[in-house]
Amino acid sequence: MLRKKPAVGSLILKDGTVFKGTPFGSQNSTAGEVVFNTGMVGYPESMTDPSYNGQILVFTYPLIGNYGVRQNPDSIADSLESSRIQVKGIIVSDYSANYSHWSAIKSLDEWMKEEGIPGIYGIDTRQLTKRLREKGVMLGKIINRQDTGFYDPNKEILQEYVSVKSPVTYGSGKPHIVLVDCGVKNSIIRSLLRRKVRLTQVPYDYDFTRMKYDGLFISNGPGDPKSVTQAIENVRIAMDSEKPVFGICMGNQIMALAAGGATYKLKFGHRSQNQPCIEQGTKRCYITSQNHGYAVNDKKLPSGWKPWFRNANDGTNEGIIHKTGLFRAIQFHAEHNPGPRDTEFMFDNFIRMVREGR
Amino acid sequence: MNPKKVLVLGSGALKIGQGGEFDYSGSQCLRALREEGIKSVLVNPNIATVQSSEEMADEIYFLPLTPYFIEKVIEKEKPDGIFLSFGGQTALNCGVELHSKGILKKHNVRVLGTQVSAIIATEDRGIFVKKLKEINVKTPRGIAVTNISGAIKAADKIKYPVMLRVAYALGGLGSGVCNNNKELAEKASKAFSSVKQILIEEYLEGWKEIEYEVVRDGNDNCITVCNMENFDPMGIHTGESIVVAPSQTLTNAEYHKLREISIKVIRHLGIIGECNIQFAFSPSSDDYRVIEVNARLSRSSALASKATGYPLAFVAAKLGLGYSLTEIDNSITKATKACFEPALDYIVVKMPRWDLQKFRRVEREIGTEMKSVGEVMAIGRNFEEAVQKAIRMLGTGLNGIIGDNISSKDIEKELRKPTDERVFAIASAIDKGISIEKIHSFSKIDKWFLHRIGNIVSVYRKLRKASIRRLSKELLSECKRNGFSDAQIAAIISSDEHEVRKLREKYSIFPSVKQIDTLAAEYPARTNYLYLTYNGTEDDISFADKKKVMVLGSGAYRIGSSVEFDWCCVNSAIALRKLGFRTIMLNYNPETVSTDYDMCDKLYFDDISFETVIDIYRKEKPDGVIVSMGGQIPNNLALKLHRSGIKILGTSPVSIDKAEDRHKFSKLLDSLEIDQPEWKELTTVRNAKKFAEKVKYPVLIRPSYVLSGAAMSVALNEKSLEEYLDKASSVSKEHPVVVSSFITGAKEIEIDAVANKGNLVCWAISEHIENAGVHSGDATIMLPPQRLYFETTRRVKKIAGQLAKALEITGPFNIQFLAKDNHVKIIELNLRASRSFPFVSKVFGTNFIDVATKVIMGQDIKKIGISVSDLEYVGVKAPQFSFSRLKGSDPTLSVEMASTGEVACFGDDLEEAFLKAFLSVGYVIPKKTVFLSTGPAESKAELLESCRLLRKMNFSLFATKGTHDYLRQMGVPSTVLYWPLDGKKPNAVDYIKGGKVDMVINIPKSYQRQELSNGYIIRRAAVDYNVPLITNTQVAKLFVSAISMYRQDGLKIKSWKEYKEVPG
Repeated sequence: MLRKKPAVGSLILKDGTVFKGTPFGSQNSTAGEVVFNTGMVGYPESMTDPSYNGQILVFTYPLIGNYGVRQNPDSIADSLESSRIQVKGIIVSDYSANYSHWSAIKSLDEWMKEEGIPGIYGIDTRQLTKRLREKGVMLGKIINRQDTGFYDPNKEILQEYVSVKSPVTYGSGKPHIVLVDCGVKNSIIRSLLRRKVRLTQVPYDYDFTRMKYDGLFISNGPGDPKSVTQAIENVRIAMDSEKPVFGICMGNQIMALAAGGATYKLKFGHRSQNQPCIEQGTKRCYITSQNHGYAVNDKKLPSGWKPWFRNANDGTNEGIIHKTGLFRAIQFHAEHNPGPRDTEFMFDNFIRMVREGR
Repeated sequence: MNPKKVLVLGSGALKIGQGGEFDYSGSQCLRALREEGIKSVLVNPNIATVQSSEEMADEIYFLPLTPYFIEKVIEKEKPDGIFLSFGGQTALNCGVELHSKGILKKHNVRVLGTQVSAIIATEDRGIFVKKLKEINVKTPRGIAVTNISGAIKAADKIKYPVMLRVAYALGGLGSGVCNNNKELAEKASKAFSSVKQILIEEYLEGWKEIEYEVVRDGNDNCITVCNMENFDPMGIHTGESIVVAPSQTLTNAEYHKLREISIKVIRHLGIIGECNIQFAFSPSSDDYRVIEVNARLSRSSALASKATGYPLAFVAAKLGLGYSLTEIDNSITKATKACFEPALDYIVVKMPRWDLQKFRRVEREIGTEMKSVGEVMAIGRNFEEAVQKAIRMLGTGLNGIIGDNISSKDIEKELRKPTDERVFAIASAIDKGISIEKIHSFSKIDKWFLHRIGNIVSVYRKLRKASIRRLSKELLSECKRNGFSDAQIAAIISSDEHEVRKLREKYSIFPSVKQIDTLAAEYPARTNYLYLTYNGTEDDISFADKKKVMVLGSGAYRIGSSVEFDWCCVNSAIALRKLGFRTIMLNYNPETVSTDYDMCDKLYFDDISFETVIDIYRKEKPDGVIVSMGGQIPNNLALKLHRSGIKILGTSPVSIDKAEDRHKFSKLLDSLEIDQPEWKELTTVRNAKKFAEKVKYPVLIRPSYVLSGAAMSVALNEKSLEEYLDKASSVSKEHPVVVSSFITGAKEIEIDAVANKGNLVCWAISEHIENAGVHSGDATIMLPPQRLYFETTRRVKKIAGQLAKALEITGPFNIQFLAKDNHVKIIELNLRASRSFPFVSKVFGTNFIDVATKVIMGQDIKKIGISVSDLEYVGVKAPQFSFSRLKGSDPTLSVEMASTGEVACFGDDLEEAFLKAFLSVGYVIPKKTVFLSTGPAESKAELLESCRLLRKMNFSLFATKGTHDYLRQMGVPSTVLYWPLDGKKPNAVDYIKGGKVDMVINIPKSYQRQELSNGYIIRRAAVDYNVPLITNTQVAKLFVSAISMYRQDGLKIKSWKEYKEVPG
């Protein structure tokens, strides 16, 4: 039997390292920042998380594709985090072409083909991860047939790609929450709506300061927090009032910057579902889901602010809180998806504060 | 606040449903106590465990794990804390009883970790269901009942098929699916003979079975360390299932939904420490049921611990002492904390090891009760690699999931009603072209797993068309990535393993060494917990370290090889470290202490095979390999490794071969003029008969090793020889049988020894209580010998010396002898540590493995004097059987080993030690009645004095007709009970079932392998209805004499130290 030689795809890192494997998904070539995630479930959720925009995602869990993809891109009620795949490409060790799940409607491969996203499998993802851990995240490209240049997403304002273009309203009644969309995960919207609020999702650079609202929520999002200057300025103004403000992930960083604090880029970030975060001054530790490359420097917090959570592994900041308690933010994803649900009560606390603050 | 002295309950003898995993958990608990400077007291009669070693606990009691003895130890030691959750169900049940009798309170002993009220909430189904209902968590619809008619009513309500569950049972004993009233009544009646309450539940056929290991501290921090998915859906006990970690077919939403419920349940129950929660999960919606919670360390937690590198038992102990999860370091990274959930970047496959062919008459179907005796764990970067490795690790002679020509006669039946061979039937069904859909509909196994097996089959099909000359690099590499071993490839393409290796080396296809680091490479790991994979391109570690020695472990626990070899491996590693060597351990058994990554400098959790040892050896370049500690598995590799240029330390593999090869060994014995039972290897039935006539019946027959698993047997006459040879299928040139003369009425003696360059360094001679004919692993053994002639022991020692010299032994060895009238014949020589090394080491207070390791590493140790006559105590080692779990099996002793574990106890005399040991393996002293059927004329006569003694102690004797007549003749009164097949009343079986006899002494009439006889029915009834049973004349005699001398309260409560410290 005559058979075509299997195709070979390559991942080329900026430092010149080349990993060869078998291509799947789209046959396009692509470039971005190469990062790794150590979660063992949730590839559809991660791939649609807007915070991964511009990045090539390495899954350290070796078996990916097992349960196919359940997808209903038009519905906010679906399990995915946005209406499309946000990562530039994915790198896996072992791809399951034959998926098995009652809720799946297609394979991961089919989905990636539809969305023009390439992947490579058959790569020693542990070796790759160790390299990223040692040298820090770096630029890379997936080359299938045609070469392409490197692309640095951190030089862009990625919110342009992931934020809504004009305000969107959900629900009705009270309280009214304004959500600053820096690339919000659908789960944040779902988590807020489950708590019966009226929600206005506004573009990341939208001037909401003269809107009437009961609480302000700053979302997660991709890229360097310092690049979203308009959002930082708006939040600074908002914190002059006494309306509760809550931030998640990039929201944490924006609030720190708005208050006069500082952020920096982590060597290889936190992208996983098992990050332990200790509530400062207590012995309570929460297992959290995370996806961030930048962090708040909690030694440079302005007066009136203090660290709320710290990472039990590396001691980095995982949340900040203002002395009034009105403004608080967490670096981890209380809305989870993917990941553990341990901190979903944060939404309850926020909404309670909003209601009682009124 | 911290306790000063803590009592830890072990789990006793290994039995089906409660294996070696509790040596791991107890040992970690003791280490945690030691680290805290808290005094520890251990009660565990399992002498072969690592936990019951001097350096582990401050005081060790080899006593039965029953409330009576624990209370005595509490009175004596006055501990202020107790751990109940490290010794399996045995310790847990004991603890609950101590609590409910108020004993703990009376003596001010605080239960550490999970409180008894929480334990009871998990064990009592009624409370459990109610508790979960309080937080809206679903459990299977079920009704708790306390009698048979209640059970039937409940089943009518729930509708058949229903699941019957037994509370407080380990390994699902007595549980099962019932399809109708009759089945239910039968099962329920058995269950009610040992418990008061059972549960009738909805049966969730085809649902996925998922488990989580949960840890919670006193500050309400709660994490799930690992989840696991059963390959075999509901209906197969998790101990009988292939299990993968982490789950493979759950989406994020499902994984975290179940995780969230786990945490909610564990918080609500108030567990502190470690526990396991099992779910049934719908394959077609997100519906679920919580099946059970084990509020203790379990088999699954040992597996989870090894699968993730998270030291669950150690952490659980620390939490029990009041630490918070955030205060304990992650001992793998040493940079992060214990409060996190491991991220795996590999897949783990656990497989059970069954030994069903070892038992007569046993049912081979697997289901809701555990029958497996051990397990293996394989690590890979895909399922294919891991599952094929796991199959090889089972040590049943198979190379992988396919290519070994195992064929089921009826594939569909095998898929629907699985036996221990279902996984192979799946592969061959796929190969035969049966669709995945169809296989799924028969087996209900998730299609993801089936597709993955399909991947292996498709590689196999490609490979089948290849030959060694036409095997491309791509295909060979694909084979290796899909878990094919060199030998498996060789078998499929009709080549040999060495040729495949050569080709692999030519193509440069080698495995990579990967680290298990709990964080998927996010942080650097400081420990060397390692495995091999072909799905990788880089080694995680460097091999530059020097002065290192590799120790081959013992592999899966099975009948005949168990925790005792783990003790040997661990002690050898400890000795090597003391000598300044770095140690490399190779083992794949998740139940062991040797696979704790901090027992050695490098742990390779991988297969103990020729291929793997060479791959590791070539990378590591150690100073040598020790093969004499892990039992027969490493021993069998010695010569092959030696011939491939691997340096084997200790006794030369050439000598090992001389001892293992029957012909060579026989010649050696002849040249040394050492006597042996006459034997011959025969290839035809005619010659076998001729030889048997010559040496006279009975004869012992051993088949050559074949997969069908024909066992050893004794033939009394020509007819039984014929029958046996028929069953052993074909006697032929390829499959010869060995026939040897069987000496009746002989004593069996063993010597365990260490020699240095051919000179004896230390030795221990022990004596079996049973006459020859009982496998040495099933024998009750006393040390020092109590009834041997001085001349016999002198002769035994002399032969050991001669053989040590002739084979230039350096290291441990063991010889078994037959002795009759001062005449000694040799049965077997093992040039390795034997099953009894921990026993003799602990009785003598001299660590034979430490000595052996020193001489192996070239230390010049001369003779170590052990003066037997100075010992003021006796040690007795007794076997533990698991017949109650092996439905239908005939509970008798024979030349084939059947015990699953052992204990050993000390006493001032033989009877005291013996009685303690027998109480430790589940015997109870009969109160009023003993039922006797004392077998052939000789044993009737031999037991006459015992019967008289029983009468003297005011026992009422029941007897079968023949025994009754004999006793009457001899003036001993007894009441006749009719044989079961007579169908007359009063019937023996009715009396046993009705709880009217306290003990059954049934001496079988012959050594026949199978007989559907009255005797069998009686023995089986005794086992099924939990009545102590003795089937051996010598044991019966000793038992009766022991209970005539000792009552329970006359047995001394003395620690091991107290025995060893000889006064004056």
